Amino acid sequence: MRLERRLEQPRWLVLAVPVGSIAFSFAVMAVVLVATGHDPGYTYRRLFSAAFTADGALTSTLVFATPIVFTGLAAAAAFRMQLFNIGGEGQLYLGAVAAVGIALWLGDRGVTSTPLLILAMCLCGAAAGAAWAAIPGVLRAFFKTNEIITSLMLNYVAALLLTYLILDSFSYWRDTESFEGKTFGIGKVIPEEAHWPSATLDVAGEVVVPLGFAMAIVLAIVVWVLYSRTRFGFELQVIGDSQRTARYAGMRLRRKILAVMCLSGAIAGLGGAALEGDFAHQLDPTGLPASYYGYTGIVVAALARYNPLAVVPVGFLLGGLLSAGFTLQGADFPSGLVGVMQGIILFCALGGELLIRYRVRIGRGMRGPASAAAEPAP
Amino acid sequence: MNDSLLVDLLAHAVLYGTPLLFAALGELLAERSGVLNLGVEGMMLVGAVMGFWAVQSFDAPSGVSLAAAVGVAALAGAAMALIHAFLVITLRANQIVSGLALTIFAGALGLSSYLGNDLDLAGVPADASFQNRDVLGLADVPVLGPIVFGQNALVYASWVCVVLVGLYLARTRPGLNVRAVGESPAAADAMGIDVSAYRYAHTLAGGALAGVGGACFSLAITPQWVDGLTRGAGWIAIALVIFAFWRADLCLVGAYFFGAFSYLPFALEARGVAEGVPSEVFDSLPYVLTIVVLVFVSFGFAKRRLGAPAALGVPYVREER
Repeated sequence: MRLERRLEQPRWLVLAVPVGSIAFSFAVMAVVLVATGHDPGYTYRRLFSAAFTADGALTSTLVFATPIVFTGLAAAAAFRMQLFNIGGEGQLYLGAVAAVGIALWLGDRGVTSTPLLILAMCLCGAAAGAAWAAIPGVLRAFFKTNEIITSLMLNYVAALLLTYLILDSFSYWRDTESFEGKTFGIGKVIPEEAHWPSATLDVAGEVVVPLGFAMAIVLAIVVWVLYSRTRFGFELQVIGDSQRTARYAGMRLRRKILAVMCLSGAIAGLGGAALEGDFAHQLDPTGLPASYYGYTGIVVAALARYNPLAVVPVGFLLGGLLSAGFTLQGADFPSGLVGVMQGIILFCALGGELLIRYRVRIGRGMRGPASAAAEPAP
Repeated sequence: MNDSLLVDLLAHAVLYGTPLLFAALGELLAERSGVLNLGVEGMMLVGAVMGFWAVQSFDAPSGVSLAAAVGVAALAGAAMALIHAFLVITLRANQIVSGLALTIFAGALGLSSYLGNDLDLAGVPADASFQNRDVLGLADVPVLGPIVFGQNALVYASWVCVVLVGLYLARTRPGLNVRAVGESPAAADAMGIDVSAYRYAHTLAGGALAGVGGACFSLAITPQWVDGLTRGAGWIAIALVIFAFWRADLCLVGAYFFGAFSYLPFALEARGVAEGVPSEVFDSLPYVLTIVVLVFVSFGFAKRRLGAPAALGVPYVREER
């Protein structure tokens, strides 16, 4: 057996490999489930029902899908340029903090116009996310510091900031009026007018589509246009493929690195704003980090092969997985199963990438495995 | 005098630095062979949970069961590394994405949590844990006693590992081959070195050391299992390899530096120093310092990439060099 590099990547394979990876990973997961004494058929049936077919399942799936479509877009936007921003998690927290902050502040000043509140939350969330991402961006652009580690370290700092704001101080974000808020620490709820509206569709039962999800779809299209139909996007592609070529062609690397990091952070921050506006409505210092929206976004982006348009359906599927994991958590559906499944899907997609890039030839021009090994290098 | 803040801090710097040291040495081996493994956090967590499981389930004197637990942790870490090795060496996948996938697969929301849950390990007190020794009866000597002679067996094992890894890379034939594979796999291949075999072996060894590093948490520092108990130590270990310019001896210095800052919040809290400063400020110190030191290192040496293996992160395909 030997591998030959493909000159062209067939389109059907680009679609077939991720789909095949998901199917294959369910088979691998079944082995893990059997090995740990669970019935895979039963688990999968419950998983599918809790994610897509049960009453209200689609609504819940969309709630989980919204933030991960945002973080998936954030990761895709950066990874396309070989800029590995894995700080989506922290940028999402910062977006949430800023969006809740501005909603509370405007609410205190008597602003009741919902569109104005939504606009303010989006702007502040995006700005905060972009600012948080600008730290690794500046360090990468000017000092060539590895952005993977710096952006990741900032996730931990952002999580500590959440803890501080709600559990360890009497900050503006904490509910200091109710008894529970004072003793245990819960976030102040943003004013009613700042709760984002949603549309109720009537397909296979009632499905509530949050505004954030619609916004994510629009954003996916915008990012796709930006990356595949503009000069900016073309330059990013060149930089991602070969930094040296880009430099010779006179592209400004530092600016692009900073711009892409900020764009990526802004998208993740917007995800934080959408999450707060759509359903959370208050800062939750334990629930938010426990959801791993940012890390899941990386899985989404990689499965979508960094194509912004593909991020939406992939995010919807993984949203279903998260939602089902959340609903079913218990003795026969241990926590951690969702992460294991995500990991296996990602491994399979990565392995499947080989089939997209190479053609596997079996037994032509050689007599056996032994002679293949002895074949001299060209 | 042995109760003073400084001695207490230094003694605990060694203790808290030990998991970082094991993991960094492991990552060093993998990176020297040209494989970047960002899954350290995941490998450490799986090592930690399996080590803890082993110590709970082996019915043996505590010394034996602890030694066996460290072995189980090493095997678990190596098993995780095998996934990464297969993907990036045999299937030529992107090393960065594969490492991230390993962290998600094995990490705090993945396999380690699943195993901890399925084996009912959370919230159970440990049957045995590594205790501080009194080496040569010198543990009570002022200053040096608690720092050098009063540590647990894992600390001494880590010192042996530093020496072994350092000598192996600098003074042995296989060590030379590893460096060749990491610097120029094509040249190594022409010399008759099996590039894939070397990369597999060192990625697996790296995983084993990361697993032991994880076990330092669940068997010595905080002898229990909670989800995500390494709290980012794996990532700090990856950064450590960069600070240490890919040298084993400097890994030791860096690990204790970060060990000190990991322990600092506890020390200050216990003594009531720094009242009024939110504890989160101290908790975030290791993370912030990682960034600061990383900037410092990359600023001065970015042009020459001092010490980084030239072929780090690049898959080797004989037909395409």
